[in-house]
Amino acid sequence: MLDDFLVRAGLAGLGLSLATGPLGAFVVWRRMAYFGDATAHAAILGVALALATDLPVGLGTLAVALLMAVTVATLAARGWAMDTTLGVLAHSALAFGLVAISFVHGVRTDLSAWLFGDILAVTRGDLAQIWGGAALVAALLIWRWSALLTATLNEDLAHASGLNPDRERLVLVLALAVVVAVALKVVGALLIAAMLIIPAAAARGMARSPEGMAALAVGIGAVAGIGGLGLSMWQDTPAGPSIIACAAVVFALSAIVGPLRRR
Amino acid sequence: MSRLPDRGRSMSLIAADHACVRFAGTEVLHDISLRVDPAEIVTIVGPNGSGKSTLLRALLGITPLAAGRVSRRAGLRIGYVPQRLQIDRTLPMTARRFLSLPRRHAPAASAAALARVGVPEVADRQMADLSGGQFQRVLLARALLTEPDLLILDEPTQGLDQPGEAAFYRLIDELRHDTGCAVLMVSHDLHVVMSASDRVICLNGHICCEGTPQVVSHAPEYRAMFGLGTQGALALYRHEHDHDHTHDHGHDHGHDPGHGPARPKGADTRGHGHA
Repeated sequence: MLDDFLVRAGLAGLGLSLATGPLGAFVVWRRMAYFGDATAHAAILGVALALATDLPVGLGTLAVALLMAVTVATLAARGWAMDTTLGVLAHSALAFGLVAISFVHGVRTDLSAWLFGDILAVTRGDLAQIWGGAALVAALLIWRWSALLTATLNEDLAHASGLNPDRERLVLVLALAVVVAVALKVVGALLIAAMLIIPAAAARGMARSPEGMAALAVGIGAVAGIGGLGLSMWQDTPAGPSIIACAAVVFALSAIVGPLRRR
Repeated sequence: MSRLPDRGRSMSLIAADHACVRFAGTEVLHDISLRVDPAEIVTIVGPNGSGKSTLLRALLGITPLAAGRVSRRAGLRIGYVPQRLQIDRTLPMTARRFLSLPRRHAPAASAAALARVGVPEVADRQMADLSGGQFQRVLLARALLTEPDLLILDEPTQGLDQPGEAAFYRLIDELRHDTGCAVLMVSHDLHVVMSASDRVICLNGHICCEGTPQVVSHAPEYRAMFGLGTQGALALYRHEHDHDHTHDHGHDHGHDPGHGPARPKGADTRGHGHA
């Protein structure tokens, strides 16, 4: 069954949505959208460094994404103006990544695959990496769920309950770096943040609890993954953007239907 | 002014001993010594920027001390109601779910807590849809679920109308009688504070005065102003105290009209009492 590239692609999309659903919910709740963008864009730099040094690409993206996420989190804690800082970091990371990758000669590499994903070319090894990473992130978030939610609501409240909000923030930073490394192959560096935000935002209108919103976001991510693949097969469109387009359609529908349901 | 002569006073739930807090080199809280004993209601009053919230955060261990220490009775359980909790619209959260953060409580316990604070009907409502008074009561219910020995409330009636305020303080008093927990709160509302507190601590970077509401309110200025809306708050600052004015903590009382970022209206014309 895994011999069929379409099955592998579908499984890759499903696996990714397991992680992007709950993590995306936190990205929305904590208003970390740009944070996700900066981290994802840094992945291109990771690809370039990995290719230049013959390291596995997954390792390179994970390391650079982690570095970027920690940098951003540190600057935020020091009170930098985050809107500007993130804008600078996100776009600089992308620019440096694209410049760096142009220096890597003799490597059979297609830039658009890194920018927009290449889900149809997912191998068994990739699939193991995607599911492994996604399961790790999902397990981490489930383990810290209550603490993360409390810290997201109010850091003083978390502190008074004996939790450490800084540690919970670090959990999210780690999870984000892993998701970026895992999602690169599926939707590409430019659209990873979209895969986090759009399903969660679409789920908001239909959810009554934080858990419900995260679970719905997983479902919407999975539907978008399958739908995007279908669109890609049917109309020969690029798979990554097709997945995001499907998620966006679900978001639009929920934005229309949600308020009607509540009436 | 209490100087906490015997620091190990065994009955105290929580005590600060010559505590100082500095932000970026500026001393925000200077030489604070206070204690809260079981089942008493202590209210901290003071103008904006006087360090009231910082003091609570220091007692809770959120804000580190630059000097001095805070001691708690072993095993002390604190229920905390923060100032201005904003729940983002993007976060769906019913009142019942909120009560179980971070630790889960049985539905029956949650329902009982909501009933105790007078809002049994909101369990399945979204937190973002609650009125200010309902919201504060849910926060209080969450704090109660930990069966606290000490409730710490940071301006719990902010945004409530006058009847709402009065009802909230009545509830606090009832809870103290029912559960025996002590209450330490920050408040602006002097009228209610006077009737609802056992002790009042007047804070302005340092502890200006401390005592029973009777002692504080015996100041003629206070009686003159009692009942005159928020200006009643001035009474405390005009009260003559026996506090030392060493002026080594970054502000100059009485003479400088720019004292403090937002002193109460009319403070300049009425004199500050510290001069």
